[in-house]
Amino acid sequence: MSQATTTRITRFDLVARQLDYWVTVYKRTWRGSVITSFVMPLLYVTAMGVLLGGFIEQGPEALEGAPTYLAFVAPGLVAAHAMQTATGEVTWPVMGMIKWSRTYYAMTATPLRPSDIVAAQLLFVTFRVGSACGVFLLVLAIFGVFASVGGLLLAWLAQILIGLAFATVFFGFSAMLKHESGFAIVYRLVVIPQFLFSGAFFPISNLSPTLEWLARLTPLWHGVDLTRMLLLDRVDGSLALVHLAYLTTMAVLGWWFAASRLTKRLAL
Amino acid sequence: MTLQDTPAAMVHARGLRKFYGDVEAVRGIDVEVKQGESFGFLGPNGAGKSSTMRMIAAVSPPSGGELSILGMDPQTQGPEIRSRIGVCPQEDTLDNELNVRDNLVVYGRYFGIPRREVAERADELLDFVQLTDKSKAKVEDLSGGMKRRLTIARSLVNKPDLLLLDEPTTGLDPQARHLLWDRLFRLKHQGVTLVLTTHYMDEAEQLCDRLVVMDGGQIVAEGSPLDLIRSHSTREVAELRFGVGEHEALAAKVEDLAERVEVLPDRLLLYTTDGEEALARVHERGLSPAAVLVRRSTLEDVFLRLTGRTLVD
Repeated sequence: MSQATTTRITRFDLVARQLDYWVTVYKRTWRGSVITSFVMPLLYVTAMGVLLGGFIEQGPEALEGAPTYLAFVAPGLVAAHAMQTATGEVTWPVMGMIKWSRTYYAMTATPLRPSDIVAAQLLFVTFRVGSACGVFLLVLAIFGVFASVGGLLLAWLAQILIGLAFATVFFGFSAMLKHESGFAIVYRLVVIPQFLFSGAFFPISNLSPTLEWLARLTPLWHGVDLTRMLLLDRVDGSLALVHLAYLTTMAVLGWWFAASRLTKRLAL
Repeated sequence: MTLQDTPAAMVHARGLRKFYGDVEAVRGIDVEVKQGESFGFLGPNGAGKSSTMRMIAAVSPPSGGELSILGMDPQTQGPEIRSRIGVCPQEDTLDNELNVRDNLVVYGRYFGIPRREVAERADELLDFVQLTDKSKAKVEDLSGGMKRRLTIARSLVNKPDLLLLDEPTTGLDPQARHLLWDRLFRLKHQGVTLVLTTHYMDEAEQLCDRLVVMDGGQIVAEGSPLDLIRSHSTREVAELRFGVGEHEALAAKVEDLAERVEVLPDRLLLYTTDGEEALARVHERGLSPAAVLVRRSTLEDVFLRLTGRTLVD
């Protein structure tokens, strides 16, 4: 109705205005995140890859082409780390900003819309996943677990895609959840089983046919397999495309899901 | 459509409704708030005041009716509207993880205010709400009144044309309330349009040029505090306290001494132009109340008259 003299504010602008907030969040949380993001992966690689792997004498034919167990398990650990970093950032923190600190309500009183809030927070998650997995991959490179620099860089980009696929969907879930006990259930039934059985620790061909089929449906398996292909430089083009399509679709639908759930939750 | 030729309506609502599922919280209200005006929604808890405020704040989409804020449609121009309004919500939404000053700075950035400007603004506002010496303090260490003042300061960071205050002084001690009222007066003097909700009649009388009384999601009366008192109540009220449980029975004995008698659980209210006179007649009849009080009518009486209930339970 009004040919407003007010100029329209762009999405980019609204998202960029949240930078200072997320910088303050990072400033007060980075010390704690150093342990979970950088030290834990190192311990995992040492314990599972180097020490446990020392007992495994199987060759490349049993390890999906990986020369050693360390080379097999490390890409899986990176992908699982991307999933866990991403989900960790959008479960309790999102519920907290709805229910406890009510930060989102303060934000929506300003020009920001719920979808702008989701976008900025997902960028923060991307930064967290990118830095955590970036350091992880560099450590692996020092251990000699990479075939080419190009593959290493692509594997790093794949972690960001894995992170976004999980972050968007879990963000939407958290925005719907009334009580935090739901997170414990989701971690027990969704996150941990995927971590253990989606091909990070052993080739899923060791599972029974039904379970193997089930494992292939999980997003983490697509992430693990994609990461492994890239790090070992054994890319199966068509399968890589399937992985990319799966994770991209999940991230896009997840984005829509997260934005619409948070909009609904905050619109009361 | 231009609003330049007439005094601009800051808020314009016709038949505004809000449903939550099957519950109709706001049941078709008409509201017009003019520039520079201080406008109040008075009513008990659950009257629909906060739901109305959230629609005016362009965060809660209306379920029906017309609504324009600053001449814009909240459905399509939410960010543009919210750029020019300040919101002081009922529940505290300050960031406990940030210090007092950073709460203002980070919030100001959401409005796209450049960093240097927002820093200056933060210092001015802390001074305005008398929190300069707390600027580095943690929010959780502030008293209730200080948090409220910080929330008000935060709502002013974008120099709003329209300031929305939902129950601004609920839960504050009298000293803190008066300090807050003083700051709101100053803003009004600077030409800021204020829209506030309250269930305190004294607050409404102090702060509002014009107000609506809401009950059950509807507007039951509208006017200036004085107009409302004149048209819905008498000049004075004599309050009589008798023993517990006696009020109902005694009401009949004094009925003819006032224009109207209200029976409350703990007292009788005699509505009359001359309270002292009515009191003298009560004593003439041999009645001896345990306590008496003659006072002027307030918005509380208006509300009681209109709804049959008191404002604060």
